[in-house]
Formats: sequence, structure tokens, C-alpha cells
Amino acid sequence: MAPVVQFRAAVALAGRFPALAGVDLCLEQGEVVVVVGANGAGKTSLLRACAGLLPVTSGQASVLGVDLTTDHTSVRRYVGLLGHAAPLYDELSAAENVRFAVRALGLPVESADDALERLGLTGRLRTTPAGRLSAGQRRRVALAALVARRPALWLLDEPHAGLDAPSRSLLGHLIGTAVSDGATVLLSSHEPQLSVPLADRVVSMGGGRVTGEEPGGRRATLAAVPATAPDAKPGTMGATNVA
Amino acid sequence: MWHDAVLVAGKDLRIEARSRVGLWQVVPFALLVLVLLAFAIGPDQAALRHAAPGIFWVALLFSTVLAIQRSVAVESGEGTRDGLRLSGIDPAGIFLGKAAAVGLQLLALQLVLWAGVTFLFDVRVHVVWLAVTACLLATVGLACAGVLYGALSAGLRVRDTLLPLLVLPVLAPVLLAGSKAWEAALNGNASSGTQWLKILVPFAVIYFVVGIVLYGPLQEAA
Repeated sequence: MAPVVQFRAAVALAGRFPALAGVDLCLEQGEVVVVVGANGAGKTSLLRACAGLLPVTSGQASVLGVDLTTDHTSVRRYVGLLGHAAPLYDELSAAENVRFAVRALGLPVESADDALERLGLTGRLRTTPAGRLSAGQRRRVALAALVARRPALWLLDEPHAGLDAPSRSLLGHLIGTAVSDGATVLLSSHEPQLSVPLADRVVSMGGGRVTGEEPGGRRATLAAVPATAPDAKPGTMGATNVA
Repeated sequence: MWHDAVLVAGKDLRIEARSRVGLWQVVPFALLVLVLLAFAIGPDQAALRHAAPGIFWVALLFSTVLAIQRSVAVESGEGTRDGLRLSGIDPAGIFLGKAAAVGLQLLALQLVLWAGVTFLFDVRVHVVWLAVTACLLATVGLACAGVLYGALSAGLRVRDTLLPLLVLPVLAPVLLAGSKAWEAALNGNASSGTQWLKILVPFAVIYFVVGIVLYGPLQEAA
């Protein structure tokens, strides 16, 4: 099976500045990979390039079989990006925001309602305009939109930022569920204690390049679980690890 | 594309209905322009009647700029702009949806302005179909051209001040043709008025087609 993400010497420019200066990275389906690095290392640029928002100008880059060097827009409907800023319309309620995201893909509205419920956005929170929600609640609405869209590739930029402890635990569970459903997850983080246990691999970045790689906590935990364990299913580990 | 257009138009109109910017800012601004231009012309009733078509269209054009700025501002944040690009919606659908939302707001505004010039300048439209047709054609052209130039300026920090400079000269043919068509409608001279519709038709068609084709690349460039 072809890799979900395949970057070889990929270069992407932000203006004249090389945001990615020759990235080599490969993600197989079902992997959870955490990207760590200092501010300005290129983590966000890598996620945006994978989402087709930052064009790759040279090298090789393909995501979900789409060659990003020739067509960086077709892949967008198959990926879900949780960026620093929540993609929410302040005047619309949480439910309306998520339903808009779902309808845009032609998916049934029920998937929006399911996602809202999974993220605990019920009752008053559901109908409150997004502009009146706290930063953490807005993050949860954005996550609900991402979950409802069921993307093949999850791109999470500092996903733990602004979330309280129960929401962080829930995020781990959502990632686990998504992976068990066949999705692939690439997330950047400044909080390795939260993100590394979720990951199969941890990739370090600096100066717009991948500078190192080591195994993540998920792989170690999976190896430690007996093969006969009744709950040794992929997708349940994230919740276990984070809780 | 049409499904996407309906989705985007519904979203933009719902946001406008909730924010009430159109009701509390754009409509009062348009009426203010009517009143201020009337003050500038003076108390001469004949002069006011003569100037009424031009005043109507100047007020509409200035208000169009406000409506376009609002339409752009809805997706001015990094999150919403990227969200729309990642949404999977056809850029042509986004263009048509945003143009439809702006157009519907402009139609509502024209009703208010029509009532305004009737009340303030004591004018009566004798050829109603001509005035209505001019308004409808102009609305399509104003909305399509406005949304297109709005996309051009969307990513710029100076978009609020740049947009009027970009869009008002482009909309000048609508001002001219609309004013002349309305002047003919007020005077009961339908045949001369229809000549001016021949400017409004291609203007609307050109920006409708160009918008569908170019909105995507402009959205990416912005």
C-alpha cells in the first residue's frame, strides 16, 4: 500500500522564506506521528503543506496519492486540519458550524450531531454562538467538525492547547478511534508528555527539515500488551495512555 | 456547484441576519448618503428631482462597498479562510454563494433607497419595469464584480482602504447606465432607457463568468 504521506526533499516557500527546506517524511496508513521542534522549526508549515494550503515548490510530495507539486488543492477535502485558529464563524452556533462543515462535503447531517455529542457539545453549548464560547470550547467545536468530516488524514497543530484535562483525554480517545477506523494522524506538539504516548513515531524538526526520529509511546505500549489481551485493539490505546 | 452556492449563500445570509450589520450600519449609511447629497444640492425641488436617479445610484454604489467589505470580513480570520479552502466547496460555488448573498442584501437595500428617494425627492417612477430591470441587472453586476475584487483584496492588511479604490472605478459603468435608465424611467421614456440596459447586461454577464473562472485562483493567491 502506498504511504499516506510521502515527502522527499520537499521545499515549500512562505513568500521568499523556505518554510520547508528539504523535508523527508513518510507516513503509513494508521500511523500516529508526532512532530516536535522549536518555534519556527517548520512544524505548522509541514502540516499546512500536507493539507494543500502551502504549495510545495520542489522535491517530491504526495498525500493520499495526490502529487502536491502539481495539484495541491484536490487533497483538501480528504484531510482534516486543526490549526491554531479555530475555523469557526462567530455568529453561528456550534451545531451550525459543524453542520456547515459536514454539508460542504455532502455528508449527512447526522454525522455532525454524532460528533457534537462525542465532544460533549450538548444542551446550551450546542446552540451558543461560537463567538461566545471559551477558547477551549471553540477548540472542541473545531474538533467536532474535524471528527464529523471523517478525514483520511488528521493534521493536528498543537491540539492540546487550550483544552482542559477531560478534553485532552477525549482527544487521545478520538485519535485512537480514528486510527482504528483507518485514519492516519500527524500532529505537532510542544507538550511531549501529552503527545508522545499517543504516537507511533516522534519526528524532530529544525530549520525546515526533519532532523531526527525515535519511537513513540504508542508503539512501546502496543508491544507491551499481550497478543491475547481481549482489549488489545488499536484505537483504545490513546485513551488508556492519556487517562 | 449550485449546491455549494446555496450552502455558502445560506451561511453568509444567516451570519448577516445575526450580526445585523446590514440593518444597523449599511442601511442607515445609504440613507445618510441620500440626505447628505440632498443637502448639498439645496432646497430647489426641481434640482432634487433631476438629481434623484444619480443620488440613488451613488448611495447604492457606496453601500455596495460596505456590503462587499462585510462579505470579505466574514472569512478574514486565518481559521475561517483556511476552513473554507479546506471545506471541499467548489471555489465557483463559493463565488456564486457569496455573490448571491450580497445581491439579496443589495436588492433589499434598493427597496429602502427607492422608498427614500420617493419620500425625500418627491419623485415617481413612471416606467416601473425599466427601473426594476435596471436594478436587477445592476445587482448581478455589482455583486459579482464586488465579490471578485473582494477576493483580490482579501489577504491584504490594507484591504478595507484598498477595496473602494479598486472597485469604485470598475463599477462606474453601472452608475452611469443605472442613473440614465432610472432617469428615463422617471421621465416615462422607456425607449431611451432600454439603451442603457445594454450596458448593464454585458457587465453582469462578464463579471458572472469571470468570477466563476477566476475566484479560485484569486482565493489561492490571496
